[in-house]
Amino acid sequence: MNKYFFNDMGVMLGRSMRHILRSMDTIITVTIMPIAFMLLFVYVFGGAIQTGTDNYVNYLLPGILLISIASGISYTAYRLFLDKQRGIFERFFSMPITRSSVLWGHVLTSLVSNAISVVVIILVALLMGFRSSAGLLSWLAVAGILALFTLALTWIAAIAGLSAKSVDGASAFSYPLIFLPFISSAFVPTESMPTFVRAFAENQPVTSIVDAIRALLSCKPVGNDIWIALAWCLGILVVAYVFAMLVYKHKAA
Amino acid sequence: MSHNEIAISVKGLRKSFKNLPVLTGVDLQVKRGSIFALLGSNGAGKTTIIKILTTLLKQDGGTAVVNGFDVASQPGNVRQSFSLTGQFAAVDEILTGRENLIMIARLRHLKNSHQLADDLLKRFSLTDAADRRVSAYSGGMCRKLDIAMSLVGNPQLIFLDEPTNGLDPEARIEVWKMVRELTDGGTTVFLTTQYLEEAEQLADQIAILHEGRIIVSGTLTELQNLFPPAKIEYVEKQPTLEEIFLAIVGKKEEK
Repeated sequence: MNKYFFNDMGVMLGRSMRHILRSMDTIITVTIMPIAFMLLFVYVFGGAIQTGTDNYVNYLLPGILLISIASGISYTAYRLFLDKQRGIFERFFSMPITRSSVLWGHVLTSLVSNAISVVVIILVALLMGFRSSAGLLSWLAVAGILALFTLALTWIAAIAGLSAKSVDGASAFSYPLIFLPFISSAFVPTESMPTFVRAFAENQPVTSIVDAIRALLSCKPVGNDIWIALAWCLGILVVAYVFAMLVYKHKAA
Repeated sequence: MSHNEIAISVKGLRKSFKNLPVLTGVDLQVKRGSIFALLGSNGAGKTTIIKILTTLLKQDGGTAVVNGFDVASQPGNVRQSFSLTGQFAAVDEILTGRENLIMIARLRHLKNSHQLADDLLKRFSLTDAADRRVSAYSGGMCRKLDIAMSLVGNPQLIFLDEPTNGLDPEARIEVWKMVRELTDGGTTVFLTTQYLEEAEQLADQIAILHEGRIIVSGTLTELQNLFPPAKIEYVEKQPTLEEIFLAIVGKKEEK
């Protein structure tokens, strides 16, 4: 690794963090939809949903956090696409810098901005009656799972941003990701679903991640869910990273 | 020309995109400290040559040596020795002018990046706009900042890909002035343009790229001498570079 990697990545991180701090609307648009879902499900549909818990906000929050991350990462694709299109990539690549630092700057920025969105949503959930008696270790575990989930999706976003032909294409890929939590245990228990849907819901990544976070926050035993969740996140992360780097090398060469 | 006097040496450069040959054997030499203008129509392959020389693209065949380093085998060393100002202003619009310059200085691993930024802002009369976001800059100011960013760290060689494309005449003249000042400090400038007047105004050496090859190169006077003088002339008139270009390329002048 180049001895300037961390210096270069620091410069890149500083650059895209400035982008985020100067356009807070990106944080607002990322948080507003999940918060709207949360209000809708808690105060409109919630009364009719039988989850076996008396606090539906507690039940709902993990899925809402995943939706916010799934929509947040589309901004990474968008920013990468703009960099590629506006020629600033060419300037960077024609300079004696560590080339991968450009991409890592965007990835770390995604981690930070999604963390901000997640904190905002948890604060709103607290106002709506979310309560957790989880200890520090459980919260750290939740933060770790969410960070891994963010990284995994961010590398998918990197593929989309680097290979997109238009701005719309760069962000449209995230719609199915936002939709995944709806066909999972995020809003209703999977037991209530028809067999075929239930089979999909129980075996897609979101359910294990949601169940693991829910168990951690409600101080229940997490069982195998956390390992399945981690395996999904790491698996997606590694595959997406490899593909993103391939696309990146192809574009940068 | 001795070896040290040559900044860029290109021999038999070839490049195709899929089945479309763009460069079919380009030869050129650029003298250190000179302004070299590569002329050609849209799509002639000017940007492709720049991309190969700046290590952004790999050639299919032929050699290119920049500041003594081969672009294919020593891209890292080549990147230490030049600066590229691409066709589209490669500035960060959300950052301020000053932040853009500091960012480049830090990426070039230079100390006192703030001082360097201040100096360049002053030199390009951008001090008043230094702390405004670049999105509020005019096209001319953007281009000036773009060129200023390329000067961070005093590179020996600067590539300018269509530096005045889309600028108004006033901004264009200002950019020309800046380019001339660069060579006063010994910097070599390699520029591409489709504006013939630009090459006429600036260049020490002109090369015309047509159908994948350099079909003519030399100083303006040398090119003018290639043009056959008319037999009967009532008014003494030197051919303009535009006439030379169009005559050689074989296209009709569109008016």
